[in-house]
Amino acid sequence: MPTSIELTPEMMRAIIMDHYSSPRHKLTPEGDYLSIHSSSVNCIDDIDVYLRFNDEGKVEDAAWNGTACAISTASSDILCDLLLGKSKEEAENIIAQYNHMIHEEPYDASVLEEALAFMNTSKQAARIHCATIAWDAVSEILKGHSHE
Amino acid sequence: MIDVKKIRQDFPMFYNHVQMQGKPLVWLDNASTTFKPDCVIEAVTEYYATETSNSHRGDYDLCYAMDKKIAECRERIASFIGADSKEVVFTSGTTASINLVAFGYGLKYLTADDEILLTQAEHASNVLPWFKVSEMTGCKIGYIPLDKDGRLTVENLRKVISSKTKIVAVAHVTNVLGYIADAKGLAKVAHEFGAKIVLDGAQSVPHIKTNVKDWDIDFLAFSGHKLCGPTGIGVLYGKFDLLVKTDPFMTGGGMNAKFDMCGDVGYLAPPMKFEAGTQNIAGILGLKKAIDYVDSIGMDNIEAHERELKAYAVEKLLQTGKVTVYNANSEAGIVTFNINDVFAQDAATYLNSKGIACRSGQHCAKILNDFLGTVATVRASFYFYTSKEDVDALVEAVKTGGNFLDAYFN
Repeated sequence: MPTSIELTPEMMRAIIMDHYSSPRHKLTPEGDYLSIHSSSVNCIDDIDVYLRFNDEGKVEDAAWNGTACAISTASSDILCDLLLGKSKEEAENIIAQYNHMIHEEPYDASVLEEALAFMNTSKQAARIHCATIAWDAVSEILKGHSHE
Repeated sequence: MIDVKKIRQDFPMFYNHVQMQGKPLVWLDNASTTFKPDCVIEAVTEYYATETSNSHRGDYDLCYAMDKKIAECRERIASFIGADSKEVVFTSGTTASINLVAFGYGLKYLTADDEILLTQAEHASNVLPWFKVSEMTGCKIGYIPLDKDGRLTVENLRKVISSKTKIVAVAHVTNVLGYIADAKGLAKVAHEFGAKIVLDGAQSVPHIKTNVKDWDIDFLAFSGHKLCGPTGIGVLYGKFDLLVKTDPFMTGGGMNAKFDMCGDVGYLAPPMKFEAGTQNIAGILGLKKAIDYVDSIGMDNIEAHERELKAYAVEKLLQTGKVTVYNANSEAGIVTFNINDVFAQDAATYLNSKGIACRSGQHCAKILNDFLGTVATVRASFYFYTSKEDVDALVEAVKTGGNFLDAYFN
């Protein structure tokens, strides 16, 4: 598991570019999904986030789709990767740690994997919402504010 | 010719050497808002420091002096746009001005048989109030087709206007593409069909000479803050007879002549009828100074300077071979572009990391499909204090814009 010390800017750049140029979870899935729409008055990003839990209460599938910049594309896609197979509580913890990181607070790097590529977001404060748009949306779904 | 270097000595945002991301600020977002010269800031400060009083609310000298000053401001603003002072209504800005026409005039007179004509290039402030009028009266919203470059032409208005058209509401200069419409020609055609023309002057009044009488405009809306004035102050011009027919959007103190508890109310005549409550007095005083200031530079000089900068920017940007420009032929000082293969917002963040303020934005679906072929663009917009060096900084930055994630790591 990489920690913040081991991750170089080159690696972070490669991770973001990889998910930006070939996102794995950018699609509108068929079937029963919890979903939520998220957009911002401050930017262009305008996305839907989709989540499906299995009978054991674990995330079976996660996806997102919409108009998004490089930062929101990569951060949304990496989030979907991270959520697969996680319980609601685990998902909530991952999002909480990520938000701590984004806002330069102490955080547990061990659960964030590739999402650590966004650790410098606060340097470009105007991009915080790009790096968190899907994360906030999933958080709303987990609170039960979704529509099926 | 405009001496940009000298002019910048009047602006604290320049002489204070404001920085962004540790770099000298390059301000290319003038279509969004503009910097304020000392004279405007002083007028605002003066009001609070030595002239404070309400207007129309007292029998003492300070208040009398302020009433006189506000009247002078109204005269000055009226002469700037070729109107009479009784036709100048103070509002909080373009949005409030257009809403006042929509709700005070549109809602009162339009019916389900009528039609409002807009274009696909309008700012939300000149679309949503009319949607509301349509929703409440049942009237139709129609669109004047733009030509292949996205320009509004008199010819195209003529193609769609009919006796059902009651209002033609269009931007004089569009905020994304920067084409200057033929206001006089549009008004003439609108009037031939008995329609009123509402001109959104937010992007035109600060940049080109305006004459509502010569052009025969029915209503004109503009904002102070895009004209070196304070935020929160704007103007609605309306032909006096139309203002008489327009209902106030807000009622209250300062706009009634008399009322009793039986519900008999008499409103003051325009423009006072529309100015309920205490007005943005500091804003009005600041706007007057701003108009004095831009007029001293000369509207023709301002327009020529921006036109030159626009041509220079388009030429230099295209020379890099790294950008797509979407409005190379438009007249106003607005360049809408993308750095090739970089999403607009990523480009704007990258420019921010170089100290350059540009706006990235998404445009309404129709216009982007028809004219832009992209979901989002970056906009650089100029004013009389913008220099060729500012444009050069932008051009240098876009040359390395492919490395846009640098903004994220360095």
